[in-house]
Amino acid sequence: MKGEIGRGDRLLALDEMSRDPTSAFIEARDISRTYVAIDGSANTAVLPTSFSIRAGEFICILGPSGCGKSTLLLMLAGLLAPSGGEIVVEGKQLCGPHKKFGMVFQDAVLFPWRTVQRNVELPQEVLGIPRKRRVTKASEMIKMVNLSGFSSKFPHELSGGMQQRVSIARALSLEPTLLLMDEPFGALDAMTREQMNLELQRISLETKATVIFVTHSIVEAAFLADRVFVMSERPSTVSHIVDIEIPRPRPLALMSSDQLGKYVGQLRALLGSMESAL
Amino acid sequence: MTTEVDSANVAVRRFVAIPAVSLALTIIVLLVLWEVTVRGLDVPRYILPPPSAVIMKVYEDFISGTIVSHFVVTLSEVICGFVIAAVVGLSLGSAVALISVFERTLYPLILAMQTVPKIALAPLFLIWFGYGIQSKIVTAALIALFPILVNVVAGMRAIDQRRILLMRSLGASVFSVFFKARLPSMLPHLFAGLEVGIIFAVMGAIVGEFIGASTGLGSLIVQRQASVDVAGVFSVLVYLSFMGVVLHAVLRAFTSRFAFWAAVKATT
Repeated sequence: MKGEIGRGDRLLALDEMSRDPTSAFIEARDISRTYVAIDGSANTAVLPTSFSIRAGEFICILGPSGCGKSTLLLMLAGLLAPSGGEIVVEGKQLCGPHKKFGMVFQDAVLFPWRTVQRNVELPQEVLGIPRKRRVTKASEMIKMVNLSGFSSKFPHELSGGMQQRVSIARALSLEPTLLLMDEPFGALDAMTREQMNLELQRISLETKATVIFVTHSIVEAAFLADRVFVMSERPSTVSHIVDIEIPRPRPLALMSSDQLGKYVGQLRALLGSMESAL
Repeated sequence: MTTEVDSANVAVRRFVAIPAVSLALTIIVLLVLWEVTVRGLDVPRYILPPPSAVIMKVYEDFISGTIVSHFVVTLSEVICGFVIAAVVGLSLGSAVALISVFERTLYPLILAMQTVPKIALAPLFLIWFGYGIQSKIVTAALIALFPILVNVVAGMRAIDQRRILLMRSLGASVFSVFFKARLPSMLPHLFAGLEVGIIFAVMGAIVGEFIGASTGLGSLIVQRQASVDVAGVFSVLVYLSFMGVVLHAVLRAFTSRFAFWAAVKATT
């Protein structure tokens, strides 16, 4: 029954896309990814998948571990070419990394020889933005993630949560229209994680950036997302799309409420039904 | 009264606990043992001189200035050889680690070469590069090259691939990825290689001088050995050790300046 609702949503999304392609910020059209194993056999990570995401939406991709979530994210980032299908960003086909996309990994992936300030400056440095401008911009971003006063510290002097904030500031420094996050809070303790969820929500609303956020935490997905894309086991595809119809910003208290609990239950049932199908 | 004695005791213990102090004390004890043994057993000076004679000789060499020209020659051989080894090791190592053609063709060859005792090539270098400083530089460079090269390759392979992915996601050029991500990432490995390399370079220069040279600390050792001046040989050894220790210390200082994050990682 719940599965039916999800499928209906997905069909609706596809329908909307075909009616008015310009309304979509980023669109995946039947993208798939196949790896060729050493023995020559093909190994399908992602089956042909289609979806469409509007500008400013917060999308969580939820699925069992090893289901190809990261593969999907790398394709959307332009770092991995799909084996089939195409990704369209604002009407143009995506081929290669997009400089208006910001990337956040599970670990902060900071450069240990650079201070916080210089880490945040890195993307602008690569793009050749003049020093004065990038210093100002980096300071602004450090302030946004509440790390003012830590600019001259080195990564090893910071806690895990602070390091992840730095990597978010770095991703924001080019004012990305799309923020791609691969389980960014997976390595943090529960308290820090909730705090970071709140901050990410604030930042995404402030910057109006579209966010695609990969997670395997059901509660996190339900709390953060406008829509949750549920992925099936490998070879995977987006099997269901669940709308979380709670206005954002959402307070932390929502995490333990029935309102969110209803969605958490629905998402859990969807993930569970896939496991039993195997 | 007893408390006074105790606190003095504690002070002495603390003083001895300082690593440099305990090391110095060990050296002094060993030297005294050497002095007493040589004098007690009446060992002739041309077999093993007492440390006091060696210290006198070290002082004489310094005052008379005989050591200076030899020291400078050997030091320049070591530094030239080391710099060549560092440059070649860094570029060849990077090429091997990053370009798969080189990895398949050159790296197996390099690894096979490692089993060849490079010192055995020194006589050949004397023929090819002459009696002067060049043949010693080549020997020093060749011996120092391998630890540097191998560490550079290992360092390049150990890089967190997500750093590269991050740079690629920014559309960074190959050069930008190399200089902003790869090179700094592998600095701790490079410095580990350089630390071994500098000691090897000293060894290479000395061996080169043993084979044939008119100046340099190695040739001075050979000359003094020929005239059975054992205290003189020991004196040269002292200067050689001094050179090695200072060069190594300089590199350590560079390591903690330019690869400080790895030092932190190792201790935590």
